[in-house]
Amino acid sequence: MLQTLLRTPAATALAALLAGSALFTPSLAVAEIKLLNVSYDPTREFYRDYNALFAKWWEAQGKEPVVIEQSHGGSGAQARAVIDGLEAQIVTLALASDIDAIAQNSDLVAKDWQAQYPHNSSPYTSTIVFLVRKGNPKGIQDWNDLIKDDVQVITPNPKTSGGARWNFLAAWGWAEKITGDEASAKDYVSQLLRHVPVLDTGARGATTTFVQRGVGDVLLAWENEAFLALKQMGPDAFDIVVPSVSILAEPPVALVTGNLKDEAQKEAAEAYLSYLYSPEAQALAIAHYYRSWDHSQAKPEDVARFPETELVTIADFGGWSEAQPRFFGDGGVFDQIYGE
Amino acid sequence: MLRAPSPLPGFGLGLGVLLSALTVIVLVPLAALLGRGVVMGPAEMAGHLSSGRVQAALLLSFRAAFIASAFNLVFGLALAWVLTRYRFPGRRLIDAAVDLPFALPTAVAGIAMTALYAPNGVFGQLLAPLGIQIAYAEAGIWVALIFVGLPFVVRTVQPVIDEIDPEWEEASATLGASRLRTLRRVVLPTLAPSLMTGFAMALARSVGEYGSVIFIAGNIPKMTEIAPLLIVIRLEEFNYDAAAAIGLAMLGISFAMLLVINAMQIWNIRRIGHV
Repeated sequence: MLQTLLRTPAATALAALLAGSALFTPSLAVAEIKLLNVSYDPTREFYRDYNALFAKWWEAQGKEPVVIEQSHGGSGAQARAVIDGLEAQIVTLALASDIDAIAQNSDLVAKDWQAQYPHNSSPYTSTIVFLVRKGNPKGIQDWNDLIKDDVQVITPNPKTSGGARWNFLAAWGWAEKITGDEASAKDYVSQLLRHVPVLDTGARGATTTFVQRGVGDVLLAWENEAFLALKQMGPDAFDIVVPSVSILAEPPVALVTGNLKDEAQKEAAEAYLSYLYSPEAQALAIAHYYRSWDHSQAKPEDVARFPETELVTIADFGGWSEAQPRFFGDGGVFDQIYGE
Repeated sequence: MLRAPSPLPGFGLGLGVLLSALTVIVLVPLAALLGRGVVMGPAEMAGHLSSGRVQAALLLSFRAAFIASAFNLVFGLALAWVLTRYRFPGRRLIDAAVDLPFALPTAVAGIAMTALYAPNGVFGQLLAPLGIQIAYAEAGIWVALIFVGLPFVVRTVQPVIDEIDPEWEEASATLGASRLRTLRRVVLPTLAPSLMTGFAMALARSVGEYGSVIFIAGNIPKMTEIAPLLIVIRLEEFNYDAAAAIGLAMLGISFAMLLVINAMQIWNIRRIGHV
């Protein structure tokens, strides 16, 4: 029976072609510095522009040209790829616990990585907002509207998506603030999850389900992802609703010291991360809808875009080292809700 | 024992190359998985498998694969029959299209089918008023698995149909058998072994399918979460043991099913006396 399977020349040829192109990506022989930045899903557009900005600035300093490669995916999967040997010199992930995982499961990242750059090593922050269909037909204003009978909520799976963990904690933070106790917060979040018809594995997948497939009434999204959807689909397709309480989402950056081959690469990688805090890079981040720290070179209209809202922080949950196992670990709150 | 029974040269070399290739490509990864299971021990493994979510995922994966393969058994046989027995314009084109599921990255197929069957998609829009939901429901998983499994049945049955001499059917008819009886007593018994092989391969292929299913299934735990996705989720939690436990369970169940199908084959061959 095997020969009938092998009798598919089209399939074999295509497979060979794909394998070939993957193996023989051009390896430049010139002595230039190469960096790989392993990042999470919604930063594609920002880092494409930042890499160009950094490369220009770096060469203007009279340094050897630097080539920066990018990899994007679900934050947890990216962390695992680095642990399993993906040669990243820089990680820019969705949440600290994914970089903690690298530090714990390998010697690649310094244990005190989060103290090495300002603002908890988070050069930009974001928050969680609601993206609703134009005109807000279901009248969604705040978290309690999400558990009304006819409302469907789209959010990715917090086991695989960093953004989804922020969504989950934002919902929990609101509920705990309103009710004041943990049991009611858990009750609210489990009701909320019952309104979720699709659990995608990553934030970008969830956005696609909501925007392209037309599923659901509200998307829990990174603020930057929501603005991006608005920009790409036109302002007449969706509205952004900012809930009364949300969370300060800090997507941190770190140097993967274990993967630095020589001094030149180390210097470039360190500069790459420090330069994220420069006024130019900060202006770029805010133009890409991230809340950045330094507004000195940002356009006023970019700064004015972000509404004020009450933000809980990960410190309110005892930091990621406590929140991660409690909510998202094996047998944690998320597993309990779905009945392990 | 190792002496070649045939006068053809190269038996030793051939066997050596074959065994080393088989070891490196197939046996070592499987042994690594089994090794993980041995280190874990049966008690811990049972613990990983006892959760309702794991059992629901395993049941869903095997149920969906079985339904899709059963559909392919009927539909694939009909398709193979038409492609082999009839001559019509475009036959070669359709014949080539049967191989597409082999060639297309399954993620592409999954995204395309999701776009079609989503509530705002071309098919989904027609089905939604009837209350039928395909994408983000179990039916979506069936659709994806039917797509991946189809060529296995068609391609295993086709050459056998090609070899059935139409004179057998004519003989059966002249001896007074009805069309149904000819089909049941002459054609189907001849095709049965290849049908079973095709079914088994389609089943084995769809049980492990990941790429296309995660796009079209809703991935809700206990409802539309397939076992391979649960393995990935366990890996994301750095819980390698739980992932290996689910992997081993899938391997064990698949192996048992293939064993049963092979036993049926042997029994069937003995019954008819030839293939």
